[in-house]
Amino acid sequence: MLRGILLTLQIGIISWIIALFAGILIGTFRTFPWRPLRVVGTAYVEIFRNIPLLVQLFFWYYAIPPLVGQWLNRMHNLGYYCAIFGLGIYTASRVAEHVRSGLNTVPTGQRFAGLSTGLSQLQLYRHVIIPYAIRVMIPPLTTEFLTVFKNSALAMTIGVLELTGMADRINARTWHGLESTTGAIAGYLIIGLSIITLMSLVESKLRIPGLIKR
Amino acid sequence: MAFDWDVIWRNKYLFLGGLSVTLKLFVLALAGGLPLGIILGLGSLSSRRWLYYPTRAYVNFIRNIPLILVVFWVYFSLPLISGRSLGPFTSAVVAFVIFEATYFCEIIRAGFQSVSKGQIQSAYSTGLTYFQMVRYVLIPIAIRRVIPSLLTQGIVILQDTSLAYVIGLREFVRTAAIVDSREVRPLELYSFVAIVFLVLCLVGSLVVRRLEARDRQRV
Repeated sequence: MLRGILLTLQIGIISWIIALFAGILIGTFRTFPWRPLRVVGTAYVEIFRNIPLLVQLFFWYYAIPPLVGQWLNRMHNLGYYCAIFGLGIYTASRVAEHVRSGLNTVPTGQRFAGLSTGLSQLQLYRHVIIPYAIRVMIPPLTTEFLTVFKNSALAMTIGVLELTGMADRINARTWHGLESTTGAIAGYLIIGLSIITLMSLVESKLRIPGLIKR
Repeated sequence: MAFDWDVIWRNKYLFLGGLSVTLKLFVLALAGGLPLGIILGLGSLSSRRWLYYPTRAYVNFIRNIPLILVVFWVYFSLPLISGRSLGPFTSAVVAFVIFEATYFCEIIRAGFQSVSKGQIQSAYSTGLTYFQMVRYVLIPIAIRRVIPSLLTQGIVILQDTSLAYVIGLREFVRTAAIVDSREVRPLELYSFVAIVFLVLCLVGSLVVRRLEARDRQRV
């Protein structure tokens, strides 16, 4: 059971890092004043958000290896990597949406002000828009961070023994499904509560002076 | 590797069967989750403590655990409660109603909170009882305001139904897995499943966008 929790944490955190980077990138694409990038961003979000995560995981786990070659199939821990990768890019599409709405809260005036001081488009994003928007995005991203851990439970369907998978395994061995599932529920509650505590700390650290306190 | 898209056509009846189970599950989850969500939403705004605290505890508890665990948990505990085996479909429906109601609750609560106090007070002053007020004033106004969010949640539920896979229910994804175990065409089969979900959900979100645009015009 403890091993399951550790694996859940691992999958959750690594895919969260992937999702954060990819999501910020894609979300930024969607606000760029250059159309092709916006189209790419929109297509990415629409595709990955509208297909159930389970189907995506199956796709990566079952459909891709025969296409790429058999060496993938022989790989140890294939399910684990598929889970991290699949969860990461799925979550990225959701993060991208929050990033986009966060970026849109930055007043246009700041955009023009930045450009008129001679910043390039990239510098503008790096130094003006992103630092500002990231603070607006923290609450919805906290929710998303919690969701990653909940979604990581799906990794059990491709044979990864994380918390839910462990509960299922215990059920298969001992026929105590109710007890092991209840234990897993407790595990998720603990993870969730710790994240909420952590993120409210981060939120208060990063608060822009002068904005409304929550 | 040669593609063989015919595999989908060959198994069309299986897929139709799977899709109909998925849609049935979806409709039942909505039909059960929405009313329960409204009740939970009312409980969340209640001034009576013995209603408020249990409701919030329930909602926050369920929202903090993965759906897949709820599905498992219901699957294991229903036979204990009812004393007989109920099969995966009933368990799945119960699990979805329990789970999705909490998400509907949060959306509907936001809708209820957007109704101004004056409207509620004027409803009371015309002599309506609490239930009449809820039935004829609160719900009609609030629900209409949150229809886009409700529909978005509906799309999420459609995607969530794929999780009934884990308790062996033969819905759409499970069907693909069964066909795959016989035909070994994972790429074609899972792409097909993905595309069907993509189309269904895109149509759904198109409707949502239309509604939102209409709302914006009205305001």
